[in-house]
Amino acid sequence: MKTKLHLDESMIARGRAAASQIADDVADFIAERTTVAVERTVLRLFGVDGVDAEGVPLPNVIVDEVKDLGRLDQGVAKTFVGALLQTGLSVQELAEAIADGSVRLADIPQPAEGEVLEKGRALAAVAMERIAANRQTRDELLHRLGEGKQPYIYVIVATGNIYEDVVQAKSAARQGADIIAVIRSTGQSLLDYVPYGATTEGFGGTFATQENFRIMREALDEVGEEVGRYIRLCNYCSGLCMPEIAAMGAIERLDVMLNDALYGILFRDINPQRTLVDQAFSRMINAYAGVIINTGEDNYLTTADAVEAAHTVLASQFINEQFALRSGLPEEQMGLGHAFEMNPMIEDGFLYELAQAQMAREIFPDAPLKYMPPTKHMTGNIFRGHVQDALFNLIGITTQQGIQLLGMMTEQIHTPLIYDRHLAIESAKYIFNNARHLGDEIEFKADGIIVQRAQTVLREAVELLEEIVHIGFFEALSRGLFADVKRTMTGGKGLGGVVHRHAEYFNPFEEQLRQKLGLQPAKVGVRA
Amino acid sequence: MSVDYRTQIAKVDLTRVRPYGDTMDDGKVQLSFSLPVPDGPEAVEAARQLGAKMGLENPTVVHHEDIGENFTFVVMYGNCVHTVDYAHIQVPKVDSPRMDFYEINQFIRECIGRKITVIGACTGTDAHTVGIDAIMNMKGYNGEYGLERYPEIHAYNLGSQVENEEMVRKAIELKADALLVSQVVTQKDVHIHNLSALVDLLEAEGLRQNLVLIAGGPRITHELALELGYDAGFGPGTLAPDVASFVVQEMVRRGLA
Repeated sequence: MKTKLHLDESMIARGRAAASQIADDVADFIAERTTVAVERTVLRLFGVDGVDAEGVPLPNVIVDEVKDLGRLDQGVAKTFVGALLQTGLSVQELAEAIADGSVRLADIPQPAEGEVLEKGRALAAVAMERIAANRQTRDELLHRLGEGKQPYIYVIVATGNIYEDVVQAKSAARQGADIIAVIRSTGQSLLDYVPYGATTEGFGGTFATQENFRIMREALDEVGEEVGRYIRLCNYCSGLCMPEIAAMGAIERLDVMLNDALYGILFRDINPQRTLVDQAFSRMINAYAGVIINTGEDNYLTTADAVEAAHTVLASQFINEQFALRSGLPEEQMGLGHAFEMNPMIEDGFLYELAQAQMAREIFPDAPLKYMPPTKHMTGNIFRGHVQDALFNLIGITTQQGIQLLGMMTEQIHTPLIYDRHLAIESAKYIFNNARHLGDEIEFKADGIIVQRAQTVLREAVELLEEIVHIGFFEALSRGLFADVKRTMTGGKGLGGVVHRHAEYFNPFEEQLRQKLGLQPAKVGVRA
Repeated sequence: MSVDYRTQIAKVDLTRVRPYGDTMDDGKVQLSFSLPVPDGPEAVEAARQLGAKMGLENPTVVHHEDIGENFTFVVMYGNCVHTVDYAHIQVPKVDSPRMDFYEINQFIRECIGRKITVIGACTGTDAHTVGIDAIMNMKGYNGEYGLERYPEIHAYNLGSQVENEEMVRKAIELKADALLVSQVVTQKDVHIHNLSALVDLLEAEGLRQNLVLIAGGPRITHELALELGYDAGFGPGTLAPDVASFVVQEMVRRGLA
């Protein structure tokens, strides 16, 4: 890409080098650990589904039992596959038998190690095939139906009722939406289990369940055929069940998933160890499933000032890029986040926003950048809000963002009504079409406001990254270097679910994912 | 275990229809207005009470702002308690089939046997010619030629601010078959008075039964036009073939060919 901002290549390289070192330090830390969520994910990928008599998901029942036996550090796969071999039951039969107490894992002697590993790997291979087949289905649909032009028009549905959600999602697709995101019910990120079945009540959103994923996928495939355009489905693999939801998404052919440990740490107070370990495995699943991840840097600007904190967004993008690469996720699947969140009353604020968006585009040329609309400075004045969203859309098309998360004029008032979404899509389509090649026509003054601003933000971001290298990533979190929020290694929710890996730790999915994604084998655990 | 999601979607009751926000029958509406009182808690409460009187449950002021001279701008959401019986609504509509440019000219040649004359104008004080120009001008609008382009139609666009008396004089002079009257300005119902006045004049001259009389404009409906004594009314989005199709078929129906 031809640079319009005259960014210093060596400065960008310094930023990447610093982020790379930060990610390496954290990767070593991650490699020594697993979590209850990672282990539940293994069971889900084996095919364990359903809930027990009390409504507790079977993956939770089994992982908790193995943890109580003190055997989770070897990976749930060993105990579970051992029991499969000894009982001769199917995956689901065994899961149900453990749940109803008819099989007690404590009573089952562990078969020979070699047999367990072989059976575990064979089961994993079946699930890997299924995910690969979903990816192929997506590719075929994209080839046959085509897709919208970038920036993809991304809208949310959030009625709380999956059956109302499908109506609104199909309506949006007919009007021009390319990506439908089903917002989750408030607080789901802090549940240490994934709810089960189709759900019709949620708060500010709809629970992410595998059945809800399946229903929405079916509805979007249907409308995609009718409108002659593949409609992508997005949900959230974030929070305490990050990798489980990544697996559910891979199984039900979701296309886009929010995935950002930093977001969980900063804004949901999830323990950093827990969620970084969860994220590494989630991203391998996302990578293999061909899912575009969306990272949450935009949220920094909802707490910190968007002008002052602009460099923290860029610094986090650099770090997220390196984390993603270490999970085998290519640039083409990195929907790095940023946002149009400056106070609209700032003189020349539009120029700063333009600088930020263009800078992200130039530094991450192959990433389908996820550009978030104004939220913090939206008021009840829906008419002004619509104009703010229009300026946001103008920057989106001018700087060729990958994914434009459309703003809603009723942001801050309610989750979108069916006609809020209609007006947002209409506005975006108008502006995208009307200014389609504006970006190609523009060059910026070398000593002008926009170029100077971008260069300043880049320099500040690189300085911040180098400081983080110096003090360490976890120390940077505890000092509140991101979003003005301070988090410690042992604080937050979910630390109890982190387990040090035994030298003989076994996770056949990690093993095969690493192999398929061209990654080094896990540093701790059995090797293929 | 999975049920077909289509069977689970809420169905609308067409005899009791109300607005839809994000859940069937939630009644959600947005309205905005200004009140001639200064901004403040009393203004918000006044707006809320008005919303309640308009039939809104949970009238909620989401924005209020001083807009000067002791006026307050208000944005409100609420849930409409009223319903309407959609199933039994009957709206008069122009029901002659729509023909295209070629079919219309052919129809004139075959069923009327002579060229027809159509006069269009913005009458009264109205100076907004966008609508009548879209119907009449050679170039037309949105990919449809205007009536001036039709070989079988003599089309005269008199432009804006044409007095009703002048319209009638031209109708006589040009032996018009159809008059198209465009009205955009609707303040204080000026369009109603003006449209009625033309009908009165045509009847006084004994011309009404020999003409196809048509009204058009953004606030014109077919129903309103019929009430005012016109043969048809056309609203926003109308193009030349919509009007011409009606005119030529109405002429045949009424034996004016």
